[in-house]
Amino acid sequence: MAELDVQVVAQDHAVWSGAARSITGRTIEGDMGILPGHTPVLSLLAEGELTIEPVDGQTVRAHVNGGFFSVDSDKVTIVANDAELREES
Amino acid sequence: MGAQIRVYRQKIASTSSMKKIFKAMELIATSRIGKARQRAESATPYSEAITRAVSAVATQHDIDHVLTQKAENPKRAAVLILTSDRGLAGAYATNVLRRAESLTGLLQDSDIEVSPYLYGRKAQAFYDFREREYAQVWTGNTDAPEVERAREIGETLVERFLQPTDEGGVDELFLVYTEFQSMVKQEPVVRRLLPLAVVEEDADSESEVLPLYDFEPSAEEVLDSLLPRYVESKIFTAMLEAAASELAARQRAMKSAADNADELIRKYTLLRNNARQAEITQELTELIAGADALAAS
Repeated sequence: MAELDVQVVAQDHAVWSGAARSITGRTIEGDMGILPGHTPVLSLLAEGELTIEPVDGQTVRAHVNGGFFSVDSDKVTIVANDAELREES
Repeated sequence: MGAQIRVYRQKIASTSSMKKIFKAMELIATSRIGKARQRAESATPYSEAITRAVSAVATQHDIDHVLTQKAENPKRAAVLILTSDRGLAGAYATNVLRRAESLTGLLQDSDIEVSPYLYGRKAQAFYDFREREYAQVWTGNTDAPEVERAREIGETLVERFLQPTDEGGVDELFLVYTEFQSMVKQEPVVRRLLPLAVVEEDADSESEVLPLYDFEPSAEEVLDSLLPRYVESKIFTAMLEAAASELAARQRAMKSAADNADELIRKYTLLRNNARQAEITQELTELIAGADALAAS
């Protein structure tokens, strides 16, 4: 199955990177889910939760405060002004 | 004679204690350079991602954004000068300021008013001493810059840029900072941040073809929020590089200071030994002369 190559970066550090099955993030127009094969998109992020389903391992949640993300041929870059990983509860 | 030995001893003692300080500062700078470079590296993914995104938007749309529009006749330019808070870094701050001076001269020659924005106490001192005006100054933490500071500076400058020129806005924004090329080479450079010109270069140099993106909500809005971020990221990168350069310059300055102290100590030790030997010789001469005089009588 196709995978997403995800990279989450904040202004001064890389937050998370790896392969994932899906990503859900909150854009300024509402939640948006990304699956492999998504059309290239550049979208602005609002403050909210970012959920990444990695290929292996537990769901990664991060709190993101503004920024944008780009999807292009299964390569997802999330560029956040501030991003903080949440411990899995 | 005895007085002379004492003077040399004092000089040796004070030089050695100074040498210890230089040595310590050199070590501190060395350990911090590593950290500063690491920070610069961890900021790279962000700036790369944002540059890529900006060039993606730019290649697909003939961007007509305020931040990219070139003024016909630039009247005023903001110059952000990144220096250090502390000295003891050789000619680090002086070099940046000299570069900034030549830029200022150049701009003024083409009838552009310069509005300086200063970063670091050294720049502030330079302007205060010459009683020159500056628009704003930020000080503190130049050797470990924070994102928040970069954001604050970025916001201030972008806001100033967006103001109409008649109301005190600026038409251009330059950045003067020290580029960290290697541990032994740091070069003061000038970059024009606004209006943005980087975009075209990036599109040319990028060999891979950027995909056709969809923009949400719209290309304009994406650009609206991207460009200030892009400027901030450029400023932050420059700040990190300047910090690494400052530390490298300090390390080198402290190393040569410690070497000089070594040299001085050697010289003074020689002089001290000379003085001691002279004293002994004189005492002996006096003794022998005295004994001779007694024997003769």
